[in-house]
Amino acid sequence: MNLTTIAGLFLVLVSAGLLVGITYLKRRSTIHVRQIKAFSRLRNAIGRAVEDGTRLHISLGHGGLTAPQGAASLASLVTLRRLADMTSAGDKPPVASSGDGVVAILSQDTLQASYQDATAGGHYDATGGRLTGLTPFSYAAGAIPIMHDEQVSANVLIGNFGVEAGLLVDAGEREDSFTLTASDNLPAQAILYANAQDPLIGEELFAAGAYLNAGPAHTASLVVQDILRWLLIIIILGGSLLKMVGLL
Amino acid sequence: MKNFRGIVSAVIAISTGILVLVGYFIEIPIFINLRGILLGWAVILAAAALFVGIINMLMVHSAKVRMKQQGSIYSLVLIISLVITLALGLVLGTEHQIVNLIFTSIQLPVEATLLGLLAISLAYASIRLLRRRMNLLSIIFIVTALIVLLGTVPLPFGEIPSLGDTIRPFFSQVLAAGGARGILIGVALGALVTGLRVLFGADRPYGSK
Repeated sequence: MNLTTIAGLFLVLVSAGLLVGITYLKRRSTIHVRQIKAFSRLRNAIGRAVEDGTRLHISLGHGGLTAPQGAASLASLVTLRRLADMTSAGDKPPVASSGDGVVAILSQDTLQASYQDATAGGHYDATGGRLTGLTPFSYAAGAIPIMHDEQVSANVLIGNFGVEAGLLVDAGEREDSFTLTASDNLPAQAILYANAQDPLIGEELFAAGAYLNAGPAHTASLVVQDILRWLLIIIILGGSLLKMVGLL
Repeated sequence: MKNFRGIVSAVIAISTGILVLVGYFIEIPIFINLRGILLGWAVILAAAALFVGIINMLMVHSAKVRMKQQGSIYSLVLIISLVITLALGLVLGTEHQIVNLIFTSIQLPVEATLLGLLAISLAYASIRLLRRRMNLLSIIFIVTALIVLLGTVPLPFGEIPSLGDTIRPFFSQVLAAGGARGILIGVALGALVTGLRVLFGADRPYGSK
């Protein structure tokens, strides 16, 4: 085992211990998280969609689960489940688009599970979760007509997007619909910052579950991330200091 | 029955995740081999999922054509193109000249056009940014973008002194790179705890609650 592997294993074990411990401890207490305007607006948009009988479009990006961007896709699927549960009282079920076969199947599974929980085993329309294209731009080109043609009042773009996210945001704004965006990709984040009304930057993508009340483990995740972030800051500063005095 | 299915799915997902993780960190041949086999299965399943996804795409677009929904002509074009490309690929093979021609003369130009559209959309978005979100961060964003652009592109009146060789590299290689690393560390930590939540069964992105 080399030093990098040992450090990686240590990080995973510490994070796992913290996540389990904090989830257990915080089950009975409330963790206060800072307000992110995008999530407050999303809640309003969900309320409007349920009242108007319009639809929510959740775009899950084109990252696959077997790629390094898998975590972003997992986070997007959790958000999809939560949003599907929140809109279950509406007339129209949400529609999910993705650019990867596995994520498309999982999105169908997620929507079906949410729908059947809400309607006690009612019939689910399998076209709710869609594969819209296999390359980034064909995926965007396939997702844009959903925004135009399917009575969508709010779009949630969450997952692994590249620069094509700019086209999706533009299409959402043309329809005058609410658009929340989050990507783990740096160029996409720069584009979304310039283009979108409500962009989420950096790890805010992974905080969606906590802000949508997906469970205590999600809120505990935020605390774990904060602890790890401070730990890394101390290590980086300590390393820089040791380098400056010539000990490293 | 539904609960039982959920439990079985969770047990399979969690045990598979743990085995792959153990195979990555602990160098014992049985775990390394098991990890390789499981990842191989994942790749095969991903390829099968791609096929299922394409069938789903055909279902969605054929329903649009059948019900004569708005934009159904585009769905028809997609179905015809998909069937022709699939048939040619299966009959002639993916390396055949005609199949390659479809990609180089249709797919690539269309995607390049979309990239061109994106450039225009972004230029317009940058102009709108200050009107939409007039704050310090937006001003820094616009000023940085302008400095990097002016320091990179050839200007008709020649280079602006020290912009291309001192100021732009400082912005792009020191300030931007530092910020980017900070964001990437945050993303990596988020990815780590997301993976752990799936591993503990707190998140089950495979249908069950």
